[in-house]
Order: sequence, then C-alpha cells, then structure tokens
Amino acid sequence: MTSATELQYTSEHEWVLVEGNTATIGITAYAAEKLGDVVYVDLPDVGSTVASGTVVGEIESTKSVGELFAPVNGTVLAKNSAVEDSPELVNSDPMGEGWLIKVEFTELPELLTAAQYDALLGE
Amino acid sequence: MTDRYSPLHPVHVAAGASFTDFAGWQMPVRYSSDLAEHHAVRTAAGLFDLSHMGEIIVIGPEAADALDYALSGRLSAIAIGQAKYSLLLGREGGIVDDLVVYRTGEDRFMVVANASNRETVFAELLERCSPFDAEVFDESDDLALIAVQGPLSRRILTETDGFSVEGGHPDGRDFAETLAAEKYYRAFAGAFRGHPVLIARTGYTGEDGFELYIGPDQAPVLWDALMEVGAPLGLVPAGLASRDTLRLEAGMPLYGHELGMDVYPVQAGLARVVVLDKADFVGRDAIVAGPPSGARVLVGLAGLGKRAARADYEVFASEESSEPIGIVTSGALSPTMGFPIAMAYIDAANAAPGAELSVDIRGKRLPVSITTLPFYSRKKD
Repeated sequence: MTSATELQYTSEHEWVLVEGNTATIGITAYAAEKLGDVVYVDLPDVGSTVASGTVVGEIESTKSVGELFAPVNGTVLAKNSAVEDSPELVNSDPMGEGWLIKVEFTELPELLTAAQYDALLGE
Repeated sequence: MTDRYSPLHPVHVAAGASFTDFAGWQMPVRYSSDLAEHHAVRTAAGLFDLSHMGEIIVIGPEAADALDYALSGRLSAIAIGQAKYSLLLGREGGIVDDLVVYRTGEDRFMVVANASNRETVFAELLERCSPFDAEVFDESDDLALIAVQGPLSRRILTETDGFSVEGGHPDGRDFAETLAAEKYYRAFAGAFRGHPVLIARTGYTGEDGFELYIGPDQAPVLWDALMEVGAPLGLVPAGLASRDTLRLEAGMPLYGHELGMDVYPVQAGLARVVVLDKADFVGRDAIVAGPPSGARVLVGLAGLGKRAARADYEVFASEESSEPIGIVTSGALSPTMGFPIAMAYIDAANAAPGAELSVDIRGKRLPVSITTLPFYSRKKD
C-alpha cells in the first residue's frame, strides 16, 4: 500500500489533511481493513474542544471497537454526518468520503509523512 | 508457537483473504466484507474452511461404552450415520469442550473438537477410553473440513460434479436423492472424484448446510468445484468473522466465551445433553450435586440503537445500580436484525425473560432486555 503523499499520518493509523488552520481527520485504509465492516461511529460534537492524544470518538465494526484519537489540540468545526448515517463509507472510501471530523487547531504537532507511515506499516 | 496453516491456505491467499490467529492457526477472518459474507449465508450460501477443527476417532468393540463413560451423552444410543452434540466434562462438572460426535460405524465414532481443545480432548479421550476395548486416534492432520452453509447449500452440492454415495451407483446418479433425504444431524459416507468424503448435514450458522470431511490433498479441488458451481448462485467464501455473528444470532455457544471449565452445563442451558440415566461417566457426581444455588445462567440480551455490548462488559440490574449482576460473553450489532444482541451470564435471580437490565458500554449505561434464544430462526421450508 502506498499512502497518499499530500496527507500526514499518526501512529494511531489516522490521516490528517491540513488546509490553513483546519485539519480533516479520518482513519487510514489499513485501519479500516483491520477493523472490518464499520457499523457505527461516535463522533465528537461540533464546537467541542479536543486535546491531542485523547480519545474523542469510536469506530465500531462487527468484530471490534476502534478509538478515534485527536491528533491536534483544537475545536471541532464539523463532523461527517454522512458517515454517521452510512458507517460503511469508512470501509469503501476511508481516505475520502469516509472522513470523520474537521478540527480548527492552534498549533500543528509533528505528524508522520506518508513514507514514515508506510515504514510503520512495514511496507 | 509456529503458525499452523490449513491445506486450503493458498486458496484463501489467492481469494484475497485477511487472516487471523485462531488457536495457533492462521485462518481467514474475512475475504472482503464480513457483513456481505454474513448476509450471503442467510440468503444464498457461504463456504467456510474449518480445517483447524480436531477430528478424533474412537474405534473398537467397546467404543460406544467408552464414549458413554467419557462424554455427557449416551452415544451408544445413536444410530450409524447419526450425529450428536455432546460435552466432555471435567470431574468438577465444568466443560472441557463441546463436541459433535458422528457414529460412522457400529464400532467407530468420530469426535469433532474445537481447534483450541484438540490436544486436551485427545489426551482425555485416550485416558478415559483406556479401560475399554477401544482405541483413540487423532486424525485431525489427515482431514480437512469444508462447510457449505445457507439455503442454497443442497442445490450447490447437487449440481457439483463428482459426488457419489459410498456403495451407491458408480456414476453418482443417486447422490441427489441421498442428499435430499439426509436429515439434520445425519451424515453419510460418500466420495468426491474417487476420494472418501463424509457428508454431514450439520453446521454452526442457524441455516441449512453441510459439513464435508475430506483428505487435505483433495480439499482445494473440492473447494474450487463448489465455488465454480456456487458463485453464480451467490455462494461466497466466508471467514470466521461472519461465522461468529451467524452463530451468535443462532444462539449457539462458543467455547471460551459461553462455555468453559467454570461453567456447568445447566448454566449454559445444556442440561439436555447430559444424560444421567446411563452407566457412570466422568463428572457425574459433580453434575448431580449441581452448581451453587443462584449461580449465573446464560441468557440472550437485546438492545436498542447500534452500540453492541461485547465480551467482558458488565451487566447491572438497573441504570443506577453499581453492583454487577452479570457479564457479557459475546455481542455484536446483529447484521440480520439490525439491533444489538449479546449472550451473557446473569445471576439467576435477575435472569427472567423480559427483564430490563443495564449494560456498561465503555462507561455508558445502555438498556437491554432479556430475550429467549435463539435471536434468529430460519424459516423452515
């Protein structure tokens, strides 16, 4: 798997798309594949404050529960209501239509490049 | 531990399976979508590789008596060609393993054990059968197991070329009739392209289906033949993830979740598979004494919404109470019904059908109600 290079990544298998002060966050194709069919997502409310490294949501598959970690400090600007209604989007398009939340951040921490994330996956 | 691989492993790799460790075996957990595989079994058919299961042969003039002593049921009472669900009990009344026993001859039985318990079951049977004129062999490495499960299972087997009935017509023209006449929990000896195969109408999905025991070398050929006929009808290869949600909907216990050494059969609703009206058997005294009064019993739980209670989550009598009265052993969002289901052990005092309880789902309390098992029953035609 070659991860899209315009994105940044975390060791929790999330991707982050940075545009200005906004980070769009989702889980990677690898994470979606490991979870299996996603049947429920629990996302933080718009306007809530999130702290980097803390659990802010859940992604449930038939087999298991994945946690959504905030990769940045900030305020939730938007959550993907399409994914709340159709959790299977996380499987069908994890890096696109299956995005989870947008966070307005104050400061961007060091994230992984695509090459670093691929190395983490051992590929 | 070194990983073990099914004789069908290359077939699964070619089909793009994801693998999981199951009792030391690398087995397919899903091929593409566990939900799609689940639905295929409910509406058409699914093909499972269960070659990790253990097959132990007990053979000899006293094989039936030996199994009456070794297991919870009266295996001497079953006819040739019949199968029986039974338990290997510990001396303290707990469950060492749950098994399906096939009588394949007057003096020959095949005991099918869970992969995780294969060595234990073999060792226990060796010891328990030693006073009898019967021998015990572990044939697990010489048998693959392919399950075809779902409403189209019989059609798929019937339309696959190469099956015949042992002792039947050489061109297999009587195979379809034999298959159609086969009842649930019966098995017959057949052949597939000249190689022996035991064809059992058994399964673990709540659907009609067959389990095919065949030599490991022939398993890939059989798998491919079934897929070739079945795929146009909706047959898909199905992994262990869908097998787990299918058996959960069907209310079937899984060893290590609902069954274990700390569980008496009566707690798991399995008193019916313990026969006291027979000669002595291992665990008898403990079974007669029974579990402590008020011991937890296995129930089904149904919830609302989409959030499933999962194994080891605690159950409470109400949303306010802080003292757990039970624990979940398996749970999932039911793919067929669309609401969360679970099996749980609940204090007998709180285990009445219809009772409203509360489950702790990662810090959030959600209401559940006790429902009778199974959650799902297929419409019989």
